[in-house]
Amino acid sequence: MINFIGNRRKAYFVSALLVIAGLLSLVIVGLNLGIDFTGGTVLHLNLGEEFSLDEVHEVIAPFDELEGAAIQVVQSRDLSGELADEGLVIKASYIGEERRDMILNAFRERWPALDPADLRIESVGPVIGAELARQAILALAVAIVLMVGYITYRFEFKFALATIAALLHNIIIVVGIFSILQMEINVPFVAAILTVFGYSVNDTIVIFDRIRENIKHRKKRDYAAVVNESINQNLVRSINTSLTTLFVLTALLFGFHYYIGSLDLVVFVVALILGVLVGTYSSIFVASPLWLNLQDVNIRSKRSRAA
Amino acid sequence: MNSGIKPGRAIILVVLCLLIITSGYYAFQNAADREDGIKRGLDIAGGLYVLMEAVETEDREVDEDTIDRAIEIIRMRVDALAVSEPVIAAQGDDRIRIELPDLEDVQQARDIIGRTAMLKFIGPDGEEVLTGANLVDARAERAPEHSPYPFVSIEFDAEGTRVFAEATARFENQQIAIVLDDVVISEPVVQTVIPDGQATITGNFTFDEAAELALLLRSGALPVELRELESRMIGPTLGQRTEEIAVYAAGIGLALVLLFMIIFYRGAGLIAGVALVFYMSLVLWILLLLGATLTLPGIAGLILSIGMAVDANVIIFERIKDELRSGRTPRSAMESGFQRAFRAIFDANVTTLIVTIVLYSLASGPVRGFAVTLFIGIICSMFTAIVLTRLLMRLAFRAGLIRSGVYVGVKGQ
Repeated sequence: MINFIGNRRKAYFVSALLVIAGLLSLVIVGLNLGIDFTGGTVLHLNLGEEFSLDEVHEVIAPFDELEGAAIQVVQSRDLSGELADEGLVIKASYIGEERRDMILNAFRERWPALDPADLRIESVGPVIGAELARQAILALAVAIVLMVGYITYRFEFKFALATIAALLHNIIIVVGIFSILQMEINVPFVAAILTVFGYSVNDTIVIFDRIRENIKHRKKRDYAAVVNESINQNLVRSINTSLTTLFVLTALLFGFHYYIGSLDLVVFVVALILGVLVGTYSSIFVASPLWLNLQDVNIRSKRSRAA
Repeated sequence: MNSGIKPGRAIILVVLCLLIITSGYYAFQNAADREDGIKRGLDIAGGLYVLMEAVETEDREVDEDTIDRAIEIIRMRVDALAVSEPVIAAQGDDRIRIELPDLEDVQQARDIIGRTAMLKFIGPDGEEVLTGANLVDARAERAPEHSPYPFVSIEFDAEGTRVFAEATARFENQQIAIVLDDVVISEPVVQTVIPDGQATITGNFTFDEAAELALLLRSGALPVELRELESRMIGPTLGQRTEEIAVYAAGIGLALVLLFMIIFYRGAGLIAGVALVFYMSLVLWILLLLGATLTLPGIAGLILSIGMAVDANVIIFERIKDELRSGRTPRSAMESGFQRAFRAIFDANVTTLIVTIVLYSLASGPVRGFAVTLFIGIICSMFTAIVLTRLLMRLAFRAGLIRSGVYVGVKGQ
């Protein structure tokens, strides 16, 4: 049996470090928000033939709104791994419909083979992104309150508290890592965070179920031993479940990165992978030991009241 | 101990498994069909998504009626594009959401939808003579012999005909400007009085442009100015490539999961694999029946629910192993393993279900798509793990295929 409980201080230290680093980065640097949040325009074009960035700059020079726009070349491949095409991605602040058409026409004039079926033009006004983020955060807050209710009803309040703490811990770390790496995030990232939310809760509750059951079957109330035993009994399951989920995610990551070259999709899968790793770690090293500490506080305060 | 394999029961089990796998194959075939399969969101299949907001101006206010009329007009325009399943809907009090999947030319569609198409005839004194409201028909005509340009012929209603006749009489030999959305498209000099309500709009159009203008004029002007809040155009090629890769990658990922389960849990892993196939076909059928649209966030929900479905099986098998180690017979270890695992699976799933319900009721758009697939996924995964895996394992016992703990990968029974 591995002594998780005896070493919990070390785990707390690691967790605190990650959470603090994440929060600091979030406060100081913030997130690299994409157009879904800040508003803006992205043009992803397949010009149909080889091009140089100088030529691109020449074409966009007359358009003031593209001054300072980020220009990238992305590569995609077909299933045999052959280079399918090189796409041009231009990111700028919000451009209205008329000007967008003019820009596109300028590209069409220079590169007549530009494929109208192989393009992506996304424009988001600044209102929408803020709405989405607000909605998601409000929904998660309500979900947390209801979850606390359910877990308190089925288990007890301290389990609910530990579950939520682990959950926040996971989300802060994942979001924090994205802040540190400064990877650009868009709507798919929100979906990934919601998934991390679900995964964390699922993972934690299963271990708590073991603790709940083992307490019932024990006469002696050595909580530390019970928690440690429960974590160990559940260890193989924790590892197997996260491994199998990681198989699917790794395959997706490879596909999206190598074949499509879509940054949004890569961010989406990377967030999920981090979420699974952190979620598994926290159920073992954070949630369960935390419940034990809450339990100890309770016992101590009862003792001091009795004295 | 009753030993020996019972062929009758074994056949039932095998037939059942084959049925599940076959139905899974068909479910996938059906769901993957581009025409009749599961509807793909625009982020996967490509298409056009536009969210517009009606802007209140001095002479036009925004109410339910204006929004409804604007939607009707946009629908007429979209119908001309022959889009398979267009969505044109009001969102909130003053917004209109448009989703057009499977478009060949997304940019053209975007142009047609967004134009106010307010046509005005303005006299030389700057007075408005007529508007497009008095129009009954507009057609694109091929270029006449003496001109390289196609043009648009229009026809006024009774009132329009009368007003137009008066105006052409009053402004003979002067210019009348034809203005579309505040842009002058032509300024013909009135040569004779036009009494029959027939007029033409000339300009240096291509035939496609003339056809587009005629369509806009036929469907009428939008009753209110619409401002774009969000617009996403994704070409079908880009969308298709994404979908292809995602399906391929998910397939490889799932094959690895099955392989892992079989190596780690032997016979039970195989049964879990069959159950997983059943689970996936169940989810796909339900999504098909509900006519749900699968978006990228929706796929995230599916991945999570697949993870939870596998998790449920893992929890059950680990429990059975525990029971075997504590000295139970294989049969009773299985029964009590299922029983003990049930509570953990139930509570974990119900907690996540609560999250999905809240997300569905409070959020919109992409987050909702996530909530729907996760909800369906969890219900199906609970059913599969608790009912189907158990049924198959019992059958395996009764058939005499399982006689020791080796079936879940426990050695030395």
